[in-house]
Amino acid sequence: MAKTIAEINEKIKKGQAVVVTAEEIIEIVAKKGVAAAAKEVDVVTTGTFGPMCSSGAYFNFGHTKPKIKAGGGTASLNGVPAYTGWAAVDLYLGATALPADDPRNKIHPGEFAYGGGHVIEELLAGKDVRLQIEAYGTDCYPRKHLDSWISLKDLNEAVLFNTRNAYQNYNVAVNLSGKTIYTYLGTLKPNLGNANYCSAGQLSPLLNDPFLKTIGIGTRIWLGGGVGYVAWQGTQFNPHAPRLDNGVPKRPAQTLAVIGDLKGMSPKWIKGVSFVGYGPTLNVGIGVPIPLLNEEIAKHVAVRDEDIQCAVVDYSEAYPQGKPDVLGEVNYAQLKSGEIEVKGKKVPTSGISSYKNARIIAEELKEQIKKGDFLLTEKVADLPTGADSPKFKPLNERPTKEGN
Amino acid sequence: MAAKKIVLNFPKEKIDKPIVARLIKDHDLSFNIMKASITPDQEGHMVLELIGDAPEIEKGIRFLKEQGVKVEPLAKDIRVNWGKCTQCGACVSICPTSALYVKDRQTMEVAFDTDKCIACELCIRPCPPRAIEVHF
Repeated sequence: MAKTIAEINEKIKKGQAVVVTAEEIIEIVAKKGVAAAAKEVDVVTTGTFGPMCSSGAYFNFGHTKPKIKAGGGTASLNGVPAYTGWAAVDLYLGATALPADDPRNKIHPGEFAYGGGHVIEELLAGKDVRLQIEAYGTDCYPRKHLDSWISLKDLNEAVLFNTRNAYQNYNVAVNLSGKTIYTYLGTLKPNLGNANYCSAGQLSPLLNDPFLKTIGIGTRIWLGGGVGYVAWQGTQFNPHAPRLDNGVPKRPAQTLAVIGDLKGMSPKWIKGVSFVGYGPTLNVGIGVPIPLLNEEIAKHVAVRDEDIQCAVVDYSEAYPQGKPDVLGEVNYAQLKSGEIEVKGKKVPTSGISSYKNARIIAEELKEQIKKGDFLLTEKVADLPTGADSPKFKPLNERPTKEGN
Repeated sequence: MAAKKIVLNFPKEKIDKPIVARLIKDHDLSFNIMKASITPDQEGHMVLELIGDAPEIEKGIRFLKEQGVKVEPLAKDIRVNWGKCTQCGACVSICPTSALYVKDRQTMEVAFDTDKCIACELCIRPCPPRAIEVHF
């Protein structure tokens, strides 16, 4: 019999909800079958903790005396530039932003020791951060210069707002060339020296609800150790990726835009990291609860690593040149075994997304729901998963006369 | 037969003495120089693997100390700052000796076996949170 989210929330409030992780449900479904699992279990928790470049935070730091309008001027936090194209005292800081004086890849591969992601982590850790603003001055906002320490508690609003997180599946990166390359999927040794993947597989939120039946705008999620919400579909959202018989996409597919109060989060789960030769980014912890409303949903959450396939892609040529070539397909059980086979060669694997921490997140969210501290929400609107939804397409480049 | 990896720091006034030669000869040890350098201040730095009878290795290390050489186990050289480590595993396929490895394929916990580490430092820069540190 089908359940509703309202019924599940009543059970959560009474401390009677049956909550298991996306790992635990696999065994339950294997032992008891889909029908019994759908009846017995109310919520399955998922988790992921990996680098997510399309992340960042916006802040309102409060008005100064006399007032200043950052909009149209320049601003930085610990030397990392923040976006000012807003009103007077609002800023957005992106995870991949770099200080103006960072040498970048001048001596390749660059170090990229400090960027926007690291500033966000330091704010969360309660550290003082240096805010510098240069403005042009107006009659109503006369001040032209500000150089002040700020900390998270001083800010009016501090909101994590990530435009693309929780990728549903991802490429496995390898290097067919004869020299080491440095990518956002890590350092890749020459001649198929290693293979790096980046998904929590059977624990990953969107792989457990491949058609986003329960996840939509307004879905409450565990974000960075605090509470967040699905704000919209993530950028590069692609429901049209080829799928396996179980509905799981075999290529990078759907994504989420997520939002949440930074002040409720933890530097353990929102962490600045850097990829040598590529740049800084932000590791983001996300956990999504999936209500087992019916048997169809129960069937999907029972997905196992061996049921999820992904593409092996050459990052020395095919990826950077935008070629569709794929070297083969592997599943996450193979990737997690430590070795896969590509072009007849045994290649050692590395995860870039932390499975160990994905488990901890799924477990934490499970405990919160069991204790009644986390209630589920109905989605306000569906994400555009339908056959008629827009296709994710490359840029149709129309070169200008001036720039070419 | 036992083996032990040690880090040796030679003071300036000792770098022209045949200390390692005597260590090997007097204690019947074989050795493998993993790294050797002399700083601009003329202090010597060497990573050495000693192979031989365990009591002789210990006696040899005592001899080195008597000669004024600072001796530390190699394990001290490379350390993982577990507070910074995100447990991703990027280091695992980079490490040539599997000193950085996945301890448990169920939980995918990343661990560090100091005995296997040869202090090559290949892992230092590919680590996204820069959690692997070199200590001398």
